[in-house]
Amino acid sequence: MLKMKISVDNEIKVLSLILAGVIILMTVLSPRHFLRFETFQGIAFQLPELGLLSLAMMITMLTGGINLSIISTANISAITAALILTTWIVPEVPASTDMWIILIAIIAALGVSLLVGLFNGFLISIINIPPILATLGTMKLLQGVAFIVTRGYVISGMPNFIRFLGNGKVVGIPMPLIIFIVCAFLMATYLNHTATGFNIFMFGSNPIATLFSGVNNGRVIIKTYMISGLFSGVAAIIMMSRFNSAKAGYGESYLLVTILAAVLGGVKSEGGFGRVKGLILSLVILQVMSMGLNFLGVSAFLTVAFWGLIMIGAMISHFIIEQRNQLRLSSGNSGSSIKYKGK
Amino acid sequence: MKKLFQHHETYLVLIILVLSAVITSINANFLTAENMFDMMKSNSFVGIMAIGMLLVLISGGIDISFAAIATVGQYVMALFIIRFGGNIFIALALSAIVGTLLGMINGLLIYYFRIPSIITTIATMNIYYGFLIVFTGGKWIYSLPDWFRKFAEIRLLTFYSSRGIAYGLSVVTFIWILVSISAVVILKYTILGRSIYAMGGDRKSSVRVGLNIFLTETFVYSFMGLLAGIAGVVQALLVQTVAPNSIVGKELNVIAAVVLGGASLAGGKGSVFGVILGVALLAILRNGMTLMAVPAVWFEFLVGFVILVSIGISSYRGKKKSTQTSVIEIVMEETSCLK
Repeated sequence: MLKMKISVDNEIKVLSLILAGVIILMTVLSPRHFLRFETFQGIAFQLPELGLLSLAMMITMLTGGINLSIISTANISAITAALILTTWIVPEVPASTDMWIILIAIIAALGVSLLVGLFNGFLISIINIPPILATLGTMKLLQGVAFIVTRGYVISGMPNFIRFLGNGKVVGIPMPLIIFIVCAFLMATYLNHTATGFNIFMFGSNPIATLFSGVNNGRVIIKTYMISGLFSGVAAIIMMSRFNSAKAGYGESYLLVTILAAVLGGVKSEGGFGRVKGLILSLVILQVMSMGLNFLGVSAFLTVAFWGLIMIGAMISHFIIEQRNQLRLSSGNSGSSIKYKGK
Repeated sequence: MKKLFQHHETYLVLIILVLSAVITSINANFLTAENMFDMMKSNSFVGIMAIGMLLVLISGGIDISFAAIATVGQYVMALFIIRFGGNIFIALALSAIVGTLLGMINGLLIYYFRIPSIITTIATMNIYYGFLIVFTGGKWIYSLPDWFRKFAEIRLLTFYSSRGIAYGLSVVTFIWILVSISAVVILKYTILGRSIYAMGGDRKSSVRVGLNIFLTETFVYSFMGLLAGIAGVVQALLVQTVAPNSIVGKELNVIAAVVLGGASLAGGKGSVFGVILGVALLAILRNGMTLMAVPAVWFEFLVGFVILVSIGISSYRGKKKSTQTSVIEIVMEETSCLK
């Protein structure tokens, strides 16, 4: 337990150092552009949608799973909401019922995303399909449904309130950032202070031990994927608002970036370890980097290549730190534990 | 007979037969030799990559970067043959070498630093693809030499349809067949192949038996890179253009085909025959939809449906079996000995 705490704190320390390094580097390289209010505001508007999707990815990775269907879940939710909004609201004629319809649309979007999560959880826990395949199948299925429903066309023209959710500001703070902070806080509380949250970590570390300690593993998995779906649904509303439209296939390039962000933030892909704090730090690092490189006139593709390099660097340093820790631990208490270690 | 039904492949053959019967009853053009050869030609590049993916999955890993590797190989090949000329063997060799090197980087990272393969290959995918676009500017290449075009039209067997149109076994399909045969030989008849299965089945045990895990792991990812390189050239042969976005993004389709063929993501399971059936199933689905005049928007939906149903059935049977014979696994201290 103690060992885990130390390594997690190291994680945050390393990430903070990287973040400071990136900020200093960007400031030195392009002082005129980077250190401006607009830059940080830009980051604040761009971070939330990726952040919410990364949280959706993270919670499934904590159980040792993965959710490849987050983007398609978001798209199908956004399409559902957009269809409701564009069918019943006439933009030129404001009506008193508009607010209710918007509310219904949002609830419908979140409901759809929860249903998708339930479906994923069912496939994984009851049918026993490995998460990566179950969610791959769901992803294809949903992409298909989205194309069938929209015929590939864009559904555009959102009412003002929806546009406010993604583009507006409250006392100078961008609205999407507020939504993201609230959601991240809820996620952190859920993971660290509820029984299910504890079980999620435990399941990720050792599912068999979790089962034998009397936990209903199936329910933990179903809840995990439902929450993952729900967060994709919230991301859907922000995406819909920022694009002012919904369409099959929006944001598909985000999928691998969310995995990257989670891993860089210290989430172990085998499950069991990871913190919301680390994830947020890694998201900020990625955003600052892409923003800064953008100012330097560096192609977006090179930025993505740099992200890849950073990720490999982070994993290598994890490996080295872990090995050193293990060396220290095993030389400290020679005896029984070493016998089982093979070499 | 009973034994036959224990194999995943049997079910696949049955599904393919039923699907083919349905498609033929609606459009008789499906079951013509012309259509069959055509399907074999146009799916050969997916088939080649699927063989590489099979070896990676059997070893217990996964590779997301192969599409990026194939694109890099394709570009290097195209730029070289346009500037310096050459022949098809130089083109294939060049792309294959580039692919092997990039694949080897994956393998070395995974072996030395024990980074999960999915993470490593997502990262390297971004790196390879990012640098490729930056260096090439993402330009499309159309002006491939004439001999390159001519090679793609070579047929090893030629038939003539009743209307006098020539068709037959394309040289591209032949490359796929060669690759498949070599994979069968490696997997079945070499120590290397058996250690790939052993490593995927139980890594710790295979270390203790004394198998060369370093060689096996590096080989698997290098082989994936090699085949990705070849597949890149094959794809260029098929469409006669080189574009940065023609292969990337299809990673999951290839993985889906392999998994449909019975390979398990946990490692240790899978066969070349199964993979060919998996590729065939998806190919027939796509081809059949066109012939049955089903709108193209339904394709993704049906692919998802087929994946979930087919894998669902086998997973559910696995679960049933495991509840009947309960095995309690004792997990011991890991990491350091796994290397």
